[in-house]
Amino acid sequence: MPQAGRDAYRAARRSEAMRSLAFALPLLVFLVAVFLYPIGALLVRSIQSDDVAAAFPRVSAGLAGWSGAALPPPPVFEALAADMAAAQQNGTLVSAARRLNNYEPGFRSLILKTARRLPDPAAGPVEQAFLDIDRHWGETETWRFIQRASARVTPDYLLAAVDLRAGPHGLAELPPDQRIYQAAFARTFLISGSVTLICLLLGYPVAYLLATLPPRQSNRLMIFVIVPFWTSLLVRTTAWYVLLQPNGVVNALLAQAGLTTAPLALMFNRTGVLVGMTHVLLPFMILANYAVMRGISPTYQRAAVSLGAHPAVAFLRVYVPQTLPGIGTGTFLVFVLAIGYYITPALLGGGGDEMISQLIAFQMDRQLNWGLAGALSVYLVLLTLAVYFVFNHFVGVDRLRLG
Amino acid sequence: MQSITLTERVGRTVLRLFSAAVLAFLVAPVLIVIPLSFNESAYFSYPMSGFSTRWYAALVSSEDWRLAIVNSFVVGIASTAIATILGTAAAMGISRPSFPFRGFIMPLLISPMIIPIVVVAVSLYLVFSPLGLTNSYAGVILAHAALGTPFVVITVTATLMSFNWNLVRAAASLGAPPLETFRRVTLPLIAPGVATGAVFAFATSFDEVIVILFIGGTEQRTIPRQMWSGIRDQINPSILAMAALLTIFAIAMFLVIDWLHGRSASAKNVNE
Repeated sequence: MPQAGRDAYRAARRSEAMRSLAFALPLLVFLVAVFLYPIGALLVRSIQSDDVAAAFPRVSAGLAGWSGAALPPPPVFEALAADMAAAQQNGTLVSAARRLNNYEPGFRSLILKTARRLPDPAAGPVEQAFLDIDRHWGETETWRFIQRASARVTPDYLLAAVDLRAGPHGLAELPPDQRIYQAAFARTFLISGSVTLICLLLGYPVAYLLATLPPRQSNRLMIFVIVPFWTSLLVRTTAWYVLLQPNGVVNALLAQAGLTTAPLALMFNRTGVLVGMTHVLLPFMILANYAVMRGISPTYQRAAVSLGAHPAVAFLRVYVPQTLPGIGTGTFLVFVLAIGYYITPALLGGGGDEMISQLIAFQMDRQLNWGLAGALSVYLVLLTLAVYFVFNHFVGVDRLRLG
Repeated sequence: MQSITLTERVGRTVLRLFSAAVLAFLVAPVLIVIPLSFNESAYFSYPMSGFSTRWYAALVSSEDWRLAIVNSFVVGIASTAIATILGTAAAMGISRPSFPFRGFIMPLLISPMIIPIVVVAVSLYLVFSPLGLTNSYAGVILAHAALGTPFVVITVTATLMSFNWNLVRAAASLGAPPLETFRRVTLPLIAPGVATGAVFAFATSFDEVIVILFIGGTEQRTIPRQMWSGIRDQINPSILAMAALLTIFAIAMFLVIDWLHGRSASAKNVNE
């Protein structure tokens, strides 16, 4: 092809590509504005730390070159006194105190108390005044925390979200009674994994039956899967809330059948969470497997049996491998939805069943700790993306179908 | 014909019994809400102490519930409209073979379906509140529209896979302008896919509670938000009456989707 022809062909292809991209552009812009940008903003919060640097600019600069071996020199004390007075004026003191309190409980009151009692910085040397107000000002650790907190980019939240902290001798785990998040991540993983496994064990045989029945019958049975699927999550969680309570339907039926003498504790514990989540997510597993199984011809399995394979062997070695895309899609959907669950564990679970989503909501809602909420979100999103990429690699996102 | 062995027959029976139990587990809790909503007792207890329609009366007379029902439909319809228009347009681009950066753009478009909803809710609060979009209908509608778009993109893209692009070329060669072609040729054929996507987007908004919990105010309370506080704060059996109505609504949704499926199957026949 002559050069001019090739160029024209390439230009035509490029303009064709741009035209198809133009169709998707409005949605892309919309999603960036109201979805991706906000999520990015939250995730960035996990490494941002402006409060102390903004409230205490002078002392932040003064501590920049401080080695931490001995108490900082007198000008740093004077800088802090000036910063505290200014921060009290412009209202940034409280947020700085709150940020410092994340390192060490009691820091908040130390800052507020000191700011209240400090004499006028113009009156003379302030170092002794600090030491008189609280002995903590005579400890290098106090100043090290301020130095650490005045860095604008911090790994502290990301560390705290996995129960680590940066101590004087490198990374250290928090004392066992303060560790929360490692266990919460493990629990989230365990609950999601259990729910996924239960859904697979319950859903796979049902999908198989539905796929191998004559279409008229399977269509009629499908209503049992689709109606719960279309029923509001809140309705289903409410239903289980009503059914599982001590004087609810399940306990009443168990007692009537003579199986129990006293009501069983079926909710506000792990049982409630697993039952509720399995019920909500099971239709996804059934539908994903059914969609694949419907397209599988029974001939191969029959051929295996006619060649002498035991029906069970033929099922396991000929049929099941053909359903792997369905198993993959169902497992992916159920697991990815489960790790982000909030409503069902919040209503049916107890104190020992808190999932990461609940802790993120708590940090933001009650503690106003955006950094920690952001850091927990970073790990949760990374976990979700990892599951997504594994799914996309082994099964392919194009296989995701609905309805 | 092959002979059916005893093992196979036993296996088949076990499979049927097992499946019946699982299907009962799925559907029983949803249906049992309907009789329980007529329970006279205020504590959801069983056996029922008597028949009463007083929770329905409470539902009808409650200003909060009326606002919640109106809000659910306002937010649901507005966000579905945005999601359906943007999602259908995007799917029209994605299904062309010339679409560039597919491997990069596709995950972005379906991310609202995958990112944990609490992360979305907290992020939106962070960004929307300085803009004055918290405690506003606009904020809630924009957020729900974003959550609904992946469903439209997926269903319309799937419909377009079996779409015969020669029809578009034929229309163009006969002199139809692109918009006319879309309106009179493409849209009627992909309509079942678009409608299915729209139903999913509506259901997403209709069922969503966490984003509302974080960025909505009392003015924007929807049905699920009202049910959430009904369980959490003050136990009030009128939520069971609402639940029963929603179950009936879900059955109606099923019938609509089923009907659309029938249409979509016949549309496929036209295509082939």
